[in-house]
Amino acid sequence: MTLAFLILAVLTVAGGVAAMTLRRLVHCALALTVAFAGLAALYLNLGAEFAGLAQLLVYVGAIAILIVFAILLTHGGESDPEKVFSPAGIAGGVIALAVFAVLGWAVTTSSVAHGWGAGAAAQTSAPQTSVREIGLTLMQRYVLPLEVIALMLTAAMIGAVILAWREKRSVDPGAPSAPPSPELRV
Amino acid sequence: MNPLAGCLLVSALLFSVGLAGALTRRSAILVLAGIELMLNAANLNFIAFWRFGPHPEALTGFIFVIFSIAVAAAEAAVGLALILAIYRHARTSDVSEITEMKG
Amino acid sequence: MVAGGAADQVFVNLDHWIVGHTPVPLQTLVSIVISIATIIVVFAGLFALTTVFERKGLGRIQNRYGPNRVGPCGVFQPLADAVKSLTKEDVVPRSADHVVHYLAPLVLVGVVFLTYAVLPVGRNMTAVNLDAGVLFFFAVGAGTELAIFMAGWSSHNKYSLLGAMRAIAQMISYEIPLILSSVAVIMTAGTLSTVAIVEKQARYSSTLAHWYVFTPWGLAGFILFMIAATAETNRSPFDLPEGESEIIAGYFIEYSGFKFALFFLAEYLEMFAVSGLGITLFLGGWSAPFSFLTWIPSWIWFFGKLLTLIFAFIWVRGTLPRLRMDQLMNFAWKFMLPMTLIVILSAGIWHFLTAAVVGPKPLGAVIRWLVCALVIFAPFITLARTLERGRKIEKRTYRFAE
Repeated sequence: MTLAFLILAVLTVAGGVAAMTLRRLVHCALALTVAFAGLAALYLNLGAEFAGLAQLLVYVGAIAILIVFAILLTHGGESDPEKVFSPAGIAGGVIALAVFAVLGWAVTTSSVAHGWGAGAAAQTSAPQTSVREIGLTLMQRYVLPLEVIALMLTAAMIGAVILAWREKRSVDPGAPSAPPSPELRV
Repeated sequence: MNPLAGCLLVSALLFSVGLAGALTRRSAILVLAGIELMLNAANLNFIAFWRFGPHPEALTGFIFVIFSIAVAAAEAAVGLALILAIYRHARTSDVSEITEMKG
Repeated sequence: MVAGGAADQVFVNLDHWIVGHTPVPLQTLVSIVISIATIIVVFAGLFALTTVFERKGLGRIQNRYGPNRVGPCGVFQPLADAVKSLTKEDVVPRSADHVVHYLAPLVLVGVVFLTYAVLPVGRNMTAVNLDAGVLFFFAVGAGTELAIFMAGWSSHNKYSLLGAMRAIAQMISYEIPLILSSVAVIMTAGTLSTVAIVEKQARYSSTLAHWYVFTPWGLAGFILFMIAATAETNRSPFDLPEGESEIIAGYFIEYSGFKFALFFLAEYLEMFAVSGLGITLFLGGWSAPFSFLTWIPSWIWFFGKLLTLIFAFIWVRGTLPRLRMDQLMNFAWKFMLPMTLIVILSAGIWHFLTAAVVGPKPLGAVIRWLVCALVIFAPFITLARTLERGRKIEKRTYRFAE
């Protein structure tokens, strides 16, 4: 395990912890971005160049921005800073701790983690995967999942637009589809 | 500690942090963020297993991460649109105050 | 390859010489430091040059002098500006979020400098030859949006927040055509590596280079790319995020002194970076357009093209009025997006219309060119007509300054 890996791991986990504990939502979102970027750097560190860059593009470029926009649109920036944890928060924390204990126990005792990690693959450098190979694999062996993902993304896009569509206040709530309000024509 | 176990431990930690956040925070947006963190932790596992597994040339874990990132993007878009719609309706994004299903 | 000769590789050889004369354990470090330092010095210098160039050029367009006091013809103006911004008081609003306010310009500049890592500024002159170079460029460039948000939100000023929201909405909308118009090139070149893309274009049939801008889809793609790049870098006529007449200065209202200078620097660096990517993808990077011009060193070609594009940016800024927000978004989603998809289609058709399909060289090449041009041009006319329908454009009369 290298120093770079350790630094990145600490950065990522610190970002995650900060994102889940800070009081102001925008700070949480920014800390979450640090965690996402740290993970992308971890992928790069592990030799998964394409996945790391895709992670950066999608998470930092799109999801973080979406979260920030959602926070601003729901006036989360001015929420009550005293009440950040829900009443059942302690139970949730205990459950998360228990999950971590089980996972940690499984990892430290598992034969797979030790067998593979200490094997020949761990000693050699990262497997050389060119973008070309990834593309060919996506287009040949995994072409059906790829198409399904494309369909799902389209469906998600349409769904998100319909959900976020601002309904006109005056129309009958039972009406199946509200006409677009002028505000939407940005 | 060998590299694979290190990756798995980091991933487990990140997953637990995400789970804790999703279970304890009031803001619906942060619940979603916690779920994203858990998803990311799983991705890190896939990358680690691809890297240290016996058949890295098969690219299975790698491709799974690519798909998982696409799914996460769709999930975030729909999830945040849902939160916006709920906020518009209930004037809050606090999950412990959204208790009614009646519109 | 002898083309270019010694002058072509002078910087590469210098780099090798310096690295060769350092102790072995330090060689990697020294090589990295040299790359980073060169990028920072060269492009920051280009920034200083461009500010004075732009102000003189705008002055020329607007019938005035521009800076002409500091040094001969005002060429030392950037130095004076630097001294001014360094000595100015750094004002931070009391209600601002100090940490985020402090970090925003640093993140912005850092992220923008990172994008230069994959730009091939000359033959063998790329800091990092990544296999997924273009993806790296866009992935790292995505960080600028977040930095802009940090700046706008942390200032606790409604104008800065409005400016940041505008900037992010605009950058996300125009990032899609920007990436899609590069997809056509990536598809044709069959690689994401910037170095390999340039090498594919640096081949010559008879005298003309294989630049993608010489193909119909490449020409249309290049125009779309540069429009999207203008919007992506918040340059006029897409400078709504800092529209002075509406929201004063946008997301960096509350910045002063050196932090403001950093924003200014980042904006120009972004412009150079995205122009550099445009050059790499469409204008053949460091390659010469004609085979008899290959004796000119490759880095001169790159920077010559870059300066030409910068001049085009300044010219556009001096001539076009600013768009309205609705016009901006309509343009992105209703015009740019469909057109980039059509460009990708045309690139696909170009790929399959090989000599075996359309016939031998002179006539076949013309047919191939015309077919692909038609595939772009017909939808363009239809789209433009559809978007213009019902809109009355009055005849304008212009009065020129004497």
